[in-house]
Amino acid sequence: MVEWRLKEINLAVKLILRKQEFEVRPGMTLLSALKKCNILPESVLATREGEMIEEDEILKDGDIIKLVAVISGG
Amino acid sequence: MMKCKKCGIKASVNMRHHKMALCKEHYLEWIPEQTERFIKKYEMFKREEKILVAVSGGKDSLSLWDILIRLGYQADGVYLGLGIDGGVEYSHESQKLTEQFAQQRNLKLHIVDVEKEYGQSIPMLAEKTHRGYGKPCSVCGLAKRHEMNRIARDLGYDVLATGHNLDDEAAVLFGNTLSWEGTYLQRQSPVLAESNGLARKVKPLCRFYERDMAAYAMLSGIEYIYEECPFSVGSTSIYYKEMLNQLENQRPGAKLTFYLRFLEAKNSGLFAQPIAVEFATHLCQKCGQPTSAPDLCSFCRMIEKVSLEN
Repeated sequence: MVEWRLKEINLAVKLILRKQEFEVRPGMTLLSALKKCNILPESVLATREGEMIEEDEILKDGDIIKLVAVISGG
Repeated sequence: MMKCKKCGIKASVNMRHHKMALCKEHYLEWIPEQTERFIKKYEMFKREEKILVAVSGGKDSLSLWDILIRLGYQADGVYLGLGIDGGVEYSHESQKLTEQFAQQRNLKLHIVDVEKEYGQSIPMLAEKTHRGYGKPCSVCGLAKRHEMNRIARDLGYDVLATGHNLDDEAAVLFGNTLSWEGTYLQRQSPVLAESNGLARKVKPLCRFYERDMAAYAMLSGIEYIYEECPFSVGSTSIYYKEMLNQLENQRPGAKLTFYLRFLEAKNSGLFAQPIAVEFATHLCQKCGQPTSAPDLCSFCRMIEKVSLEN
């Protein structure tokens, strides 16, 4: 049971935007993942392991995608 | 896989509005090249002129300073300490990052602390003057315009450069169009010429999307203040930017077209004054900067009011 749960957790992609966290299934593109999380691609930059990735990138099991908000006021 | 238009390797940044993707190396070349093109196209400044860059510690102004130095311009920076904390030591952090940026590149940075200079921080001034309906943004804008102009003029700079990007410009344009603010529409431009007492102001990044500037800062390794100004949360400008991004999402290039077609329309006389309306300008009796009022400018009036109340 525990092993099954761990396996299920690994089969997820995490997207982090400021203090919010989202989870999507691996195998989809970054663009689809952003759409699923209701995040406009125009308003963020995405990085994986410190490298910038673009919207056609396929997200893999265990990926942690850090999203950088690009809109500022003033 | 998205490929770099110039060399064919994996792209780092895709710009749907230009139908172009670039790798890191070519992106970091392309942004300065384009900036140079805009500087020349809009006749912002010449190589021999002294530039003062208004830096806030944010991605746009630090990137602008970085680009101008890479292009070989003589550019110093000015940072205005606003005294904003908001639980995240916003001003303290942004000043630290700006100083670090200047030190690492051996650049000259002027620092003006509003509280030291005038006895009150921006939030304090806002509270005491009741300007801006509980938000200090209006006082902040007034102080920035006044102080940046004062420093540029007093220290003999030819031009004041700000890091306004296309999203900033499109959001302002959108707001002014919604209410048909003719005077503001007429004034919005990549270059504001020098006029009696007012330094020339330029916006070399005005054609780059905000996302593109964030990408430039990240790929260049520029450390900038990521935290939002605590007072900008829920601001109209952010709301307009989000709306325009919704539009951009469906119609790539819509923001750029909106801004560029506006500049073309303006140049064709769409917003020309129907009759010659000359704004009477006087010189402020205290600071000497131009003002529409016959005695003190808005900034000095605000400082005087607060001083009298103390």
